[in-house]
Parts: sequence; structure tokens; C-alpha cells
Amino acid sequence: MSDYFLEVKNLTKHFPLNNDLISRLGGKTRTLKAVDDISFFIKPGETLGLVGESGCGKSTTARLITRLIEPSSGSIYLKDDDLLSFLPERMLDVRKTVQLVFQDPYSSLNPRKTIMQILSRPLEVHNLAKGWTAKRRHVLHLLRLVGLGVEHADRYPHEFSGGQRQRIAIARALAVSPQLIIGDEPVSALDVSIQAQILNLFRELQEEFNLTYLFIAHDLSVIRHISDRVAVMYVGKIVETGTVDTIFENPKHPYTHALLMAVPHADPLKPPPRLTLQGELATPVDPPPGCRLYGRCPIATDVCGEVSPELVDRGGEHYVACHNI
Amino acid sequence: MADPVLQIEDLGVRFHLKRGRLTAVERVSLTVNRSETFGLVGESGSGKTVTARAVMRLVPIPPGEIFQGRILFDGENVLDKSEAEMRELRGRKIAMVFQEPMSALNPVFTVGSQISDALRTNLGMSKKEAKERVIELLNLVGIPSPESRYGNYVHEFSGGMRQRVMLAMALSCNPSFLIADEPTTALDVTIQATILELIESMTERFHMSLIFITHNLGVVAHTCDTIGVMYASHLVELGTKNEIFANPLHPYTQGLLNSIPRLDTQAKFLTPIKGLVCNMLEPPQGCKFNPRCEHAMDICSQEVPPLKEVAAGHFVACHLHP
Repeated sequence: MSDYFLEVKNLTKHFPLNNDLISRLGGKTRTLKAVDDISFFIKPGETLGLVGESGCGKSTTARLITRLIEPSSGSIYLKDDDLLSFLPERMLDVRKTVQLVFQDPYSSLNPRKTIMQILSRPLEVHNLAKGWTAKRRHVLHLLRLVGLGVEHADRYPHEFSGGQRQRIAIARALAVSPQLIIGDEPVSALDVSIQAQILNLFRELQEEFNLTYLFIAHDLSVIRHISDRVAVMYVGKIVETGTVDTIFENPKHPYTHALLMAVPHADPLKPPPRLTLQGELATPVDPPPGCRLYGRCPIATDVCGEVSPELVDRGGEHYVACHNI
Repeated sequence: MADPVLQIEDLGVRFHLKRGRLTAVERVSLTVNRSETFGLVGESGSGKTVTARAVMRLVPIPPGEIFQGRILFDGENVLDKSEAEMRELRGRKIAMVFQEPMSALNPVFTVGSQISDALRTNLGMSKKEAKERVIELLNLVGIPSPESRYGNYVHEFSGGMRQRVMLAMALSCNPSFLIADEPTTALDVTIQATILELIESMTERFHMSLIFITHNLGVVAHTCDTIGVMYASHLVELGTKNEIFANPLHPYTQGLLNSIPRLDTQAKFLTPIKGLVCNMLEPPQGCKFNPRCEHAMDICSQEVPPLKEVAAGHFVACHLHP
């Protein structure tokens, strides 16, 4: 038995660009390396926070794990099963175990369906409840779980605020009693006071159902709040992973360090945000060999431009991909 | 010394919509002094942007209506000015930076020609003078190789660079007053840090006053001198940065500060504000915050509390602090 609930090994997703015939004949194809050889694991019952800036491959990772898109190479193990070897019928079973909550509750809920219809759909797909009465009972139970009431069941999504819609999206994920929930920026579209309510809801549900979370966010304070362990991504690579305290109090990778220095604290007595890196985000299109941070990094040496650093175990589940520490 | 540039007095803005009458700004009074940085904070729909747009007279009328109040800029009421006088004011005296540069800039003209247009119309520069000035401005806001970037279109710039272009455009006619409406909200943290630093250095260098609109309390904690907190069309608290963060008095401000997950410690649960933001088409009677407030009393659902000075420079609109 694997100790890990989910283990990802050397997962890679490359998107070909200019892949038409003429470009191929002319040798002008390019490759967008959205996710490039990443490995991580999640233990049962814990929350792994995946953090990084836009375009670094966080959402692609979420989609790969759920096989909404197929990886170019690598492997994904759910407990002891190799997910990528599964045929579509077995993937349907896997989706009872792994569920997704998306960022934008305005586009993830069908505007033409009532909440009852939206929430009973997964029950129908997976044959979990037969007949209207059974479905109704199940749906009302789900609504109560996420802090909504019976009176909400027959309304349409547009009658709800952003926070309430996100509750509905969470209820839909819970409908199949999953074990792993992947949240792809589930609180970034919400106002602070509502965001706090939804973060608390995630926590409560985790305790009640012993859920495992992969929580994707770009907001570091959210990541700090919700995670047990954190993985930091930069342009398709994981540059550092460790327990939440290690990452926030003792970051080793220059990118993690820069990210933390750039966050404005809601406290005027703390130092103001500043950027310790040069230039702007690197592009994932045909990246040069070597470290992705090369060219922006304050401690780079010649080797950084040539060899891509591997994640090295520094003890205590702390892994860092950097040549110079 | 206090030298007020902008005085908003008892401002009220409402919109006549098909669904009903929506009051977006009500009884808002605030003062921005010369070279001061004023942070206007609140959640979506609280009236921050409408307040700022009223100053520029950019609220569409109809369906909008400024139903009460005055906006004094350099002692003159902006609301009494003709459209021609407003055109004199916009850009040259007051400039604005918007949240979404992609929609604020024209996609079919080059960035350089858009900024030089502003210079030629507003300051009557020749084509050549304008071009030189634009390159100088692009350089000033930290755009690398400005000569070649002059001829680029908006889509050829990254998010952070687009915001720099917006800033160059806003600075082009040497305004004395800048309104920045969520200028860093769409940006990644590392880019946000550089844009904040840039705005700060520009306002300092050109002695500009600044209204900084944001929902992010972390951002105002470092960029602003004075902070105004808005909730459901009302200004509920106003004070210096240190007062607001160290001694917040309005239950909404307190709730907002408690809702933010902290970076330095990890708490198991956050203390959110209960309930939802009220429906602005049917707002509650009395204090707009009373249905969500832990300390609500009978009077709260009957009378709107006025904004009162409770300590030097610290104003709060709450019946708990009469």
C-alpha cells in the first residue's frame, strides 16, 4: 500500500504551437511547456497548497490529474492505481473519488438549470439515487452541508451571490462523496468577507468527511491559511515544496523568497512589498535549458543557465530545486 | 499643513434602472489634501468606483444621477462645470488609471500614437514633440527600449507593462491629481509589487495627490496616508492608516480585518463577517451593515448613523460611537 493518497511522477504536458504542415516543414514549430516534469505527493487527509503566478501551470496540473486533458508523459497514482492506464469506464469510477471545484462560479453552473437539477446530475450519472424523492432528499442534505437551505433548491444560479454559488459548486463536488477535492482557485473571485466564509467551509468539510485537498491559489495568505504542505510552481516547474511553516518561515528557493517579499501585509508596521527579482515572468514557450529563473535570479551562477536543477531532499519533507543552496 | 485639493461633500449618486432605483453612493464626504495618498477601500459594489468616477464626471447620466452634494476641486464645484470645462480638467488636472488596461486602451492604435494623441489635443504639441515626450514618458515608467515599443499595440504588452502604459498616459499632461482604480488587482503579486512602487515614486516625484481604490487592505496598508472604508454606498470609517489598522472602530472594518488570512501565523478558522452583502436595490433601513453586525441595537435598523469624529482625524459612522 502506498502511503500517499495521490502521487504524481514526472508529469509533463507540452502543447505544440504553430503545428500546421507548413511550419512543420519549415521547422518552425514551437512547444509550450505548460507542465514540465513535476513530481509531488499528497497524503490522505492533508491539504497540499499549489501556489504560483498566472501561467505557471497550476490549472493544467489540476486538469491533468482529473484527466480532463491527457499528459504528454509521466504517471499519476491514486493510492496504488495507475490512473493513466484506466479506460474511460474506470475513469468514471475515479471521478467518484476525485472532484473539482472551479474558480468562477458564474461559468461553472448552468444558468438554465435549477439548483435541484444541477445537484442531482452527479447522482444520476453515478447511479447514486433513484427516483425523485431519493434525489430530493440527497440534494437537500447537500445544501444543508454547505450552509444553504431548502428554499434554495428550486432557484436558478443567477438568483445567488458569488459566495453562495461557490457553495453550490462545492455541494456538487460533495454529491458523489469524494475523497479528494481539487480546488482550482475556488476563492479568488470572492470578496474578502465571503472568502473567509468559504475557507472556513472547506475546513469544516475536511474535518467532517476526512477529505484530502489539492488547493490551488495565487494568493499566498490563502495558501498559508488552508495548507498543511505547499508546492511552489514557476513556469511549469515545482521549485520548492515543504510543510507550510517551512515554506513561509524558512523559504530556500530565491523564487519562493521573492514571492513572499512581494505580498503586501495588511499591517502598516510590516515592511512594504518589494520585488527582489529582475524583469518579468519567463515564458513557457520553448524555454532555454537550465533553471527557469535564470536571468531574474539574484544568486544565479553559470551552471544555472545550462542545467535544470532537480528537486533535492533537504530533510523534513522539504525539497528545493536550486543549484546554489 | 492641510491644503485641501479635493473636497467631496455629502455626495449622492443613484442609478435609475429597469429593476428599480439603485443608490450607489450616499452621504459621502471626504477631503484629499495636496500630495496626500487617500485609500478608498471596500468590497465589490460598495460605491468606491462610482465615487471616483463622479469626481471625473464620468458617471453616465442617464441612467445615473448625482442627486445631492458638491465636489470641490481646487475650490470649484466640478458638478457645475460645462462639458468643455470638464475636458480641460480631465487629463490635465485629474487623471485616472483603470483596473483593466486591455479595455481602457484602444486595441487598433499603437500605444505611442494613443499617448501622443492626448498630448497633441490637450497640450497642442507638434507630432514630433509629442513623440519625443511619449518616449520620455515610457522610459519614465520603466518600459524597456521605449523607442521600439512606441509602435507596438496593446496586445503586445504583458499585464504589468500595460499598466505601465496606462500610467504613462495618465502622467502625460502633468496632472496634479491621480485616481487609480484597482490598478494592481488583475496583476500577479510580484508584478503588483513593482507597479505599487512605481505609482508611489511617481506621486512623490510629481507631488501628486492620489486616490487609490482597492479591495485589498494589504495594498493600502503600505501605499496610503489616509484610508476611507466604504460599505453599501456609505463611507463608514475614515482615518489615518495607522489609526484604521491599529484601532478600527466600525464593526465592518473590524470584520474585514479579521477576515483576511494572515501570512505570519496560521489560524484554524477565520472569523468572517456573517451573512451576505445587502441587495442594493432593496437596502435595509438604518445602518446598511445592521443585518450583519454583531453589535446591532434597535436604533441601528431605524436611523442611518452620521459620520462623526471620535478622535482627532478619525471618523466613524456607527451608533456604538455616538
